[in-house]
Amino acid sequence: MKRWVMAIGDWFDARLRVRESILPMLTHPIPAGAAGPMGWWYVFGSASLTLLLIQILTGIGLALVYVPAPDNAYSSLLALNYDVPAGWFLRALHYYAGSGMVVMVLAHMTQVYLHGSYKYPRELTWLAGVLLLLCVLGMFFTGQILRWDPDAYWGLAVGGSMAGRVPVMGSWVVDGLLGGPIIGGNALSRFFALHVFVIPGALLAVLAVHLWLVLKCGISEPPIPGQLVDPKTYDAAYEKELKTGVPFLGEAMIKDVLFSALVVIAVVALAAVLGPSGPTAPVDPSMTGASPRPEWPFLWLFGLLSLSPPATETFIILVFPAILVVALLLVPFVSNRGERSPRRRPIAVLSVVVIYAVAGALTYQGITAAWSPHMIAWSGAPVPEDIVRRSSPAELQGAVVFQYKDCRNCHALEGKGGLRGPDLTDVGKRLTRNQLIDQVSNGTPGGGLMPAYGQQMPDAEMTALADFLVSLRPPDQPPAHSTGTEQP
Amino acid sequence: MNEPHLNPQTTPPAPPARRDFFQTILHWTTYAAGGVAAAAVGLPFVGFLLGSLRKSPEKWVSLGPLGRFPQGETRLATFMSPLGQAWDGKAAHTGVYVRCLDKDKQQFVIFAMNCAHLGCPVSWFPQSGLFMCPCHGGVYYANGECASGPPPRGLFQCAWRVRDGRLEVQAPHYPTLQNTLRAEDQS
Repeated sequence: MKRWVMAIGDWFDARLRVRESILPMLTHPIPAGAAGPMGWWYVFGSASLTLLLIQILTGIGLALVYVPAPDNAYSSLLALNYDVPAGWFLRALHYYAGSGMVVMVLAHMTQVYLHGSYKYPRELTWLAGVLLLLCVLGMFFTGQILRWDPDAYWGLAVGGSMAGRVPVMGSWVVDGLLGGPIIGGNALSRFFALHVFVIPGALLAVLAVHLWLVLKCGISEPPIPGQLVDPKTYDAAYEKELKTGVPFLGEAMIKDVLFSALVVIAVVALAAVLGPSGPTAPVDPSMTGASPRPEWPFLWLFGLLSLSPPATETFIILVFPAILVVALLLVPFVSNRGERSPRRRPIAVLSVVVIYAVAGALTYQGITAAWSPHMIAWSGAPVPEDIVRRSSPAELQGAVVFQYKDCRNCHALEGKGGLRGPDLTDVGKRLTRNQLIDQVSNGTPGGGLMPAYGQQMPDAEMTALADFLVSLRPPDQPPAHSTGTEQP
Repeated sequence: MNEPHLNPQTTPPAPPARRDFFQTILHWTTYAAGGVAAAAVGLPFVGFLLGSLRKSPEKWVSLGPLGRFPQGETRLATFMSPLGQAWDGKAAHTGVYVRCLDKDKQQFVIFAMNCAHLGCPVSWFPQSGLFMCPCHGGVYYANGECASGPPPRGLFQCAWRVRDGRLEVQAPHYPTLQNTLRAEDQS
């Protein structure tokens, strides 16, 4: 029996020539150090690849049911969630494996950067890796649009408006992006084509180059402090290192396999426990009250924008991300020689710490950003009872004005309401009556955050509102008193 | 088993002049045919892609009899956009804010729903007389002027006309800073 199998195998190999082409690739020697305990640092790339396989598999599955047309996209997603057996699981897994891919690609990139593995002769491998990161992020953004709920729709609108700020050719870029005068079937089909054909095609092509380079340039040896990279001598030294190398297929690969398996188990568990993400509601652009937030890989940009003055927005939206990408692409050209060990590259380590700390803080800001007004607070969040328990009739009237004029949409009382403006629970001890009237009448000078309400309410309402605002302070505290410099 | 390998240096030489001539003809014919083939595929494809940049003809939508829009008030009028595709479903359901300035002189101002900042749908709050955007806090006065927040300009205004006692709006495309809804708004 075994002889038969061998004979059949030989027959195929005589034609396919796998033994002389593919097999040597799999068994190519890698530095012994990378196969030892240090090899645990090398597992993130293969984990990204494993998750990519899950994405392809689940993506094909989802494409069997999903309808990329606005009139039925939502119902086909509901069918996946509720009718199709395991459809909900495929959607959830596609989301969490995709998220995992972003995490693994970033971890891989960080490891390569910290270990100086991008230095000679692996500069091109790094460049391909940066392109792969862009592909993965592109998949995340386009995938979010396919969910076709109000978040996706208005997210696309925001993306369109951002593209519209490209100097001179803005309106062409928008038309090219949306594929028509309104955001509808053409836009969804475009993002479907991008998500299913264009970006995956680019990703696989760049990935082929990336893997080819990994084979041709070899896996970098674990860095040793004091062992410098010099393009003149590196190749010979690496060649020598491989004399004691171990084949990739076998002991060296087992860490990759184990780690990939653990990652797969983790994303499957996340998918099974947390379930699919959305869709939240069908799209109807005539319904107001959207509040789209980007998916988590882009929240840092949202957070940054929420902290920035409007004048810098176009720069942050269009130029800043491009600067980041160029900076990443330039990394191996800034320094492709010298120390590789993170122990001797304090600035590299520090920059990683700073970048992750800033990105983390901005992401937190993006999650909690008080950028958006609370559109239903004027009617949905009544004035807390303890605030008005001892109010005069005029102050009570002012409380009604406060709600009715939608002040609450941006100003919280006792933490409830919009957070765009300051919480006014004790504004009476901070601002005098005249300051309050000035602020309400004129808003933020120079077109800031607060509109001028001077024309929006009659004098009687303004007086009552001022009475109410002055009364907003703890009972044992006096109202703010005017200083000499204040103009009445 | 060994196949005879053709070695260019040992092949018997053809009469040089004629052979070179035909080789050259063959090469140039190949380049030309390849170029024609590439253009024959590429040009229609590029044309197809650029088709999305074509301006669609203007279309007018009736918002109903003038009586629907009381003087001095702002009303949301919704309709199915004629600019979409047959398979757009509710994604083509959109709206505009109509403000009647003068009933007798039939003067109106019509705003697109999209915030001039990044396109989110603004809500009209009649009690405070403000439009508020839910996304990034853009606020506009009743006349569409920006009141506060990040918008770089006021609300986009739509072209309108009165036909047979009905108010009509020119169906708005998705408005952006460089592609507004009225010729007079174009910067």
